[in-house]
Amino acid sequence: MMRDAKLWTWHVAAGIVILVFLGLHMAIMHLDEILGIFNPAGGHPIDWENVVARGRTVFFPVTYILLLGAALFHGLYGLRNILLELNPPAWLKGAIGVVLLLVGLGLFALGAWAAVASHTLATSL
Amino acid sequence: MSDTMHEVTYRIRHFDPNRDAAPHWEEYRIPYAPGMTVLDGLWKVKELHAPGLAWRSSCRMGVCGSCGMLINGKPGLACNTQISELGTSLVAVAPLPNFEIVRDLVPDLRPMIEAHRVLMPYILRDDVEERENPTGEFWQSPEELEHYLQFSYCIKCGCCMAACPTYATDPSYSGPMPLGQAHRYNSDSRDGGFAARRELLFGEKGPWRCHFAGECSRVCPKGVDPAKAIQLMKRELVLSFLRLRRAKCPSGLAKKPEGIGRREGIPEAPAPTV
Repeated sequence: MMRDAKLWTWHVAAGIVILVFLGLHMAIMHLDEILGIFNPAGGHPIDWENVVARGRTVFFPVTYILLLGAALFHGLYGLRNILLELNPPAWLKGAIGVVLLLVGLGLFALGAWAAVASHTLATSL
Repeated sequence: MSDTMHEVTYRIRHFDPNRDAAPHWEEYRIPYAPGMTVLDGLWKVKELHAPGLAWRSSCRMGVCGSCGMLINGKPGLACNTQISELGTSLVAVAPLPNFEIVRDLVPDLRPMIEAHRVLMPYILRDDVEERENPTGEFWQSPEELEHYLQFSYCIKCGCCMAACPTYATDPSYSGPMPLGQAHRYNSDSRDGGFAARRELLFGEKGPWRCHFAGECSRVCPKGVDPAKAIQLMKRELVLSFLRLRRAKCPSGLAKKPEGIGRREGIPEAPAPTV
């Protein structure tokens, strides 16, 4: 019975996580003149040297994974709500939940692997 | 609309399940008089053109909630809507959407009433004896009253349910009226039923499908704001889920005034019948 309340609470929590980390992303990418500490090589934030420098830290890969998880949950929960509003039969409601869960887990695994791999690559350079 | 108008055209959706395969529209011209409401016009149509036309109405003053219908595309009370407010001489009247039609302008409100009943829209307390055989009044301050007062103006007309886009597509969603009323009792300082209602509200009967279109509040003829009640309810439920909600005890009995006696000649109140 608690399922809907739990999903909604996580949805709101994921929204807050997105707000914080997406805010951080925007600040790094677009306030680089002010926040130069994330661009140790100087120049543009997406210059290779800066990307490698951020990838070497533990902080950035962790935030990438957290943002990925939050964005996937927030977005897929919203998509589920839209699909449920089409009033599908009960069996399809369950199937939608399972498919979205599997898609979310798959994309999360792929994205988390990419974040870890980039960290490994950056530290080896 | 001109004050000099003498006639209005009523476009009414008819449906008799025993006779018609599908609803159909009929038009009637009736004389107009200043101050005429949509309900007055319906009576005129019945008197002059369509004696078999069916609708619900009772109080004629926006109190009973019987005459909710779709008037020129917007849910509202027929008795509370002046024809002059519509800005046109064409009055299109249909039954409230999102409900089955019993006949003509009569919607089947039973799903709404059932959803309302399930969410226990009454004061719930552990002290059953005091509830059943009251010895006094439960204390409530004016500030505590303000927490739910506007939601208690609901007359259960169903206009909010007819306007709700979520209820239109998801019949398992309780809808704005039952949820607003559940919040009305959850916010009442005399009530101790939050935990009991929470069991239902945490699930699919709860407010989670509401995406705050706000149509329920826009059409409410009593100025109740069910959309606000639903958002406040979500907050309470999330806080409760996170165990951050401060549990409240229902208020106790108010002190009886001292040193005041009954004046001579005033009889005792009759024994409660309920």
